[in-house]
Amino acid sequence: MSLPAERLEAPPDRGLLRFTTCGSVDDGKSTLIGRLLLDTKSILADTLHAIERTSRRRGLEAVDLSLLTDGLEAEREQGITIDVAHRYFSTGTRKYVIADAPGHEQYTRNMVTAASTADLAILLVDARKGVLTQTRRHSYIAHLVGVPHLVIAVNKMDLVDWSAAVFERILADYRAFAEKLGIRDVRFLPLSALRGDMVVERGAHLDWYRGPTLLELLEEAPAAHAAADVPFRFPVQWVCRPHTDAHHDFRGLAGRVESGTIAVGDSVRVLPSGLVTQVKELRLGDVALREASSAQSVMIRLADEIDVGRGDLLVKAGEGPEPTRAVDAMVCWLSERPLSRSRRYVVRHTTRETKAQVAEIAWRVDLAALEQVPADGLALNDIGRVSLRLAQPIAADRYADNRATGAFIVVDEATNDTVGAGMIL
Amino acid sequence: MSLAKREALSHLDWLEAEAIHVLREVAGQCSNPVLLFSGGKDSICLLRLAEKAFRPARFPFPLLHVDTGHNYPEVVAFRDRRAAELGERLVVRSVEDSIRAGKVVLSHPLEPRNRHQSVTLLDAIAEFGFDACIGGARRDEEKARAKERIFSFRDEFGQWDPKHQRPELWSLYNARIHKGENIRAFPISNWTELDVWQYVAREGLELPSIYFAHRRPVVRRGAALMPVTELTPPRAGEVVEELSVRFRTVGDITCTAPVESTAATVEAIVAETAVTTVTERGATRLDDQTSDASMEQRKKEGYF
Repeated sequence: MSLPAERLEAPPDRGLLRFTTCGSVDDGKSTLIGRLLLDTKSILADTLHAIERTSRRRGLEAVDLSLLTDGLEAEREQGITIDVAHRYFSTGTRKYVIADAPGHEQYTRNMVTAASTADLAILLVDARKGVLTQTRRHSYIAHLVGVPHLVIAVNKMDLVDWSAAVFERILADYRAFAEKLGIRDVRFLPLSALRGDMVVERGAHLDWYRGPTLLELLEEAPAAHAAADVPFRFPVQWVCRPHTDAHHDFRGLAGRVESGTIAVGDSVRVLPSGLVTQVKELRLGDVALREASSAQSVMIRLADEIDVGRGDLLVKAGEGPEPTRAVDAMVCWLSERPLSRSRRYVVRHTTRETKAQVAEIAWRVDLAALEQVPADGLALNDIGRVSLRLAQPIAADRYADNRATGAFIVVDEATNDTVGAGMIL
Repeated sequence: MSLAKREALSHLDWLEAEAIHVLREVAGQCSNPVLLFSGGKDSICLLRLAEKAFRPARFPFPLLHVDTGHNYPEVVAFRDRRAAELGERLVVRSVEDSIRAGKVVLSHPLEPRNRHQSVTLLDAIAEFGFDACIGGARRDEEKARAKERIFSFRDEFGQWDPKHQRPELWSLYNARIHKGENIRAFPISNWTELDVWQYVAREGLELPSIYFAHRRPVVRRGAALMPVTELTPPRAGEVVEELSVRFRTVGDITCTAPVESTAATVEAIVAETAVTTVTERGATRLDDQTSDASMEQRKKEGYF
């Protein structure tokens, strides 16, 4: 069997979108993901048969779509989701990566993790309950972690008689609160994950709603790396020095363009040293490029033999942050052992690692009231404002301006565990 | 902020860039990594990605194959040829040797050996002092894998503890370990079976011949087709048929089943994969079907 080549090219490739779903167990989050996978025909027959069998064994009448996202033995035993799981589906025009974060007590840690790589977050609101403390908490976290697009999915519309008035009331409540937080890019839609209305298919019950379905929203949303007006940032990961006869003087800086674009001939500055030179060559594998842009992993050759290594950051000459040894950041604590002034930490920022000390813990966020409260430390799932002193300077942007160069993780030097996630202010 | 947008990368370009980034992080953070190369399609993709990450230099790691001794000869020959073409060092350690040394005890001579690879792998890690193993595992393969990190921590016994994984944020990977511990890094975590085939097609990658449709004597066993080989003779009462089949995964002969197919080119396989109704492992891996949790169990024991 052979296929004409154009079948493989078309339809047009809209790239890849990463999104996360937020909501508690009762909001129907797992059901929504199951519905998306089922209605985009992404669940294969043997997987579907397996969850049908399990549903029957548990005495359920309908197939429990949430079983698709419970991966681990312990999760199935306990009936809860423990960890962030990744799911994949494709519509033929776009590939999707779902980071599904569980909704139990470790929620903040898991949601921050899942949101850190998301282009979009779907936040589920139960139509019967409206905007809850939890809705506000999830919105705050999605906003803090800088998820570019937020979709408020008012679920379980089937249980409120598909009422437009209920939907409008939730929308008004949410808008009032979102404005205070400064959340701008937010879309609303009514749906029923259980019945499928407005997820992939429009269904028969929500005629009054004229906007796009959830899938249409996902298909339209721009991927984060497609933003064109962000300054060029290139953390050096590895230096390529072949030391062979054929490539005697070759010296390539391997890394990923984290934002912006760079072209052959551009003047670049190396941070923290401040040395300036030009881009002599750009390549991806054995292909020479004229230009490279955000999310591309390339190799850069510079016009001058200057001292550059892993941990350095290339920016365009005349731009870029001043390297600093003191940072103020919002830190989400991920470990059962609290953040302590007396413990030794390592901060990993882009490709650079440096020892760090806590200078000050200014306050933490009361995630129920969304207010600042005094704090001596940060416990698991706390988010607070922390000042750090670093052993070596880092070239950091404000997280709000650049997720890649504004983020860091905190590693406990004794255990080597990742214990904190930082967003520079 | 202006909302000027440019065209997004294609999904394959994005996945490729992410995988290259992961490979370079391994090279940047680990002092003695190794890439697990079996001659299978996923690790063949890893080699292309490593070329794009590190050429014109040599790879900053050797290749390692943990040989079950239950391989199709075409795959072993391909493995050796590919490593030679790339000019990279290939280390082979075999489960057969672990059996001879008494470290692996088989319950019966033709028992599938996938599980026993863990013993040989952990011994090779200790022998060479590898601090990281790069593998071609994908999260879409299996439920336990869906929760695994891209940089996955293993303790000094090689064990994976799913309940105490390091949180993985942004693309800031943490490969710090104490002596004796190990990192498993999975550059193509976010790829699906279809992505792999599309990448094979786009890059024009060569694969062992058994991935393509060929005629082979098989017997029907349950829902699966079992190849008839010296290691897997037909059972009493089974009827041997010669069918056109291809392998979707390449593993231990005794537990890897082919699927019926006439797809003889990469393009035809891409088309078949796009419309398949059975998962890759569901169709072909008999050892994952013993229980819902068998992959998870193997990983806890040190399997990659």
